[in-house]
Amino acid sequence: MLDIQTQLFEAKDIRFGPIDHEAHPEIESKWTHDAEFMRLMELKPVRPLSPAMVKKQYESIEKEMEEGKSLFYFTIRAREDDHLIGKALVEWVDWTNGNGFLRLGIGAAEDRRKGYGSQALPMLLRYAFGELNLYRVTAVVPAYNNGALRLFQKFGFMEEVRRRKALNRDGEIWDLVSFGLLNSEWREQNNGRG
Amino acid sequence: MKDIYRGALVRLSSQSSEDMAKAFLKWDRDTEMHRLADTDPAQLWSEKKLKELFEKDQEKDPPRAYRFSVRTLPDDKLIGATGLVPNWMHADAWVYIVVGDREYWGQGCGTDAMRLIVQYGFIELNLRRITLGLHSYNARALKTYEKVGFKMEGRIRGEGLRDGERYDGFYMGILREEWLATASSEEAK
Repeated sequence: MLDIQTQLFEAKDIRFGPIDHEAHPEIESKWTHDAEFMRLMELKPVRPLSPAMVKKQYESIEKEMEEGKSLFYFTIRAREDDHLIGKALVEWVDWTNGNGFLRLGIGAAEDRRKGYGSQALPMLLRYAFGELNLYRVTAVVPAYNNGALRLFQKFGFMEEVRRRKALNRDGEIWDLVSFGLLNSEWREQNNGRG
Repeated sequence: MKDIYRGALVRLSSQSSEDMAKAFLKWDRDTEMHRLADTDPAQLWSEKKLKELFEKDQEKDPPRAYRFSVRTLPDDKLIGATGLVPNWMHADAWVYIVVGDREYWGQGCGTDAMRLIVQYGFIELNLRRITLGLHSYNARALKTYEKVGFKMEGRIRGEGLRDGERYDGFYMGILREEWLATASSEEAK
């Protein structure tokens, strides 16, 4: 039966929310000064951003959401006090073929290892498969990001591509791993209900 | 030093936006060619728009991508295009190749051009690896890439949908040390 009562944006301890252009630039600017976190999240060269630069990014994100229709971006908030925990997004959506790429990040060190990722990922999957109707999703993870490797494995993703020696970090060479999950596999995991 | 733009059957040349626009105006009508090369929906662009797309791409110096036309030897016929899109930080690049003129399919021109562009990537751009993707139904491309020395690195299940059928995306890579061990790298020295 069609289940429209289940809220898409509410989990046990977290919720998805929109960007807050007033409150968030300050917080996210702090995260960008945490090089260790940024290097787990990004394959591009990391650099610290000022609150004004983050604000600009937020504007271009919402512009892309409005015009490109290929980006779906959420902030992750704590249900308890609504503070910003991280972000969850589906990007580069290819509507012709039904593909999208997932990204997930928990920004502040004190919010990590609390299981928020394990609450955010199923919510993002339900959105990608139940709301966007994608055929499959992909997550690209550097082989040095053990937390992310474990998270995607835990939710039934299959390792599909391993680009050998694709990354250089501190002079060390790492593989780049691509995980995939199909809509049909996700439905099976959830007894057909999602 | 040898001429790195010249192979046995083809040479790599510049992309004149006029010539490329005229060529793609014709090649884009061949939807089999398009469906072998791309995951985008096939569509038809005007010559004016095609020219603008090639010009726009050439505006930046150094460029975002290193692109070439593929011309036959010795009659210099424009038959395709190839290029590298580098990620400098990780010394990796995406490579693409298209032989737009179907009269030249299956004659070794694509393989020859691929050897040239891979060589360019390793000896001129100093890459550590080169990456490519292809559709699981493109057997001719797979053979070409294997001949040049690419190794299969995985498959994206059901990456594309055409005429109601799902197909996989194959991803391949060649490492610098693997290329150095091939015969074509010997010739480059």
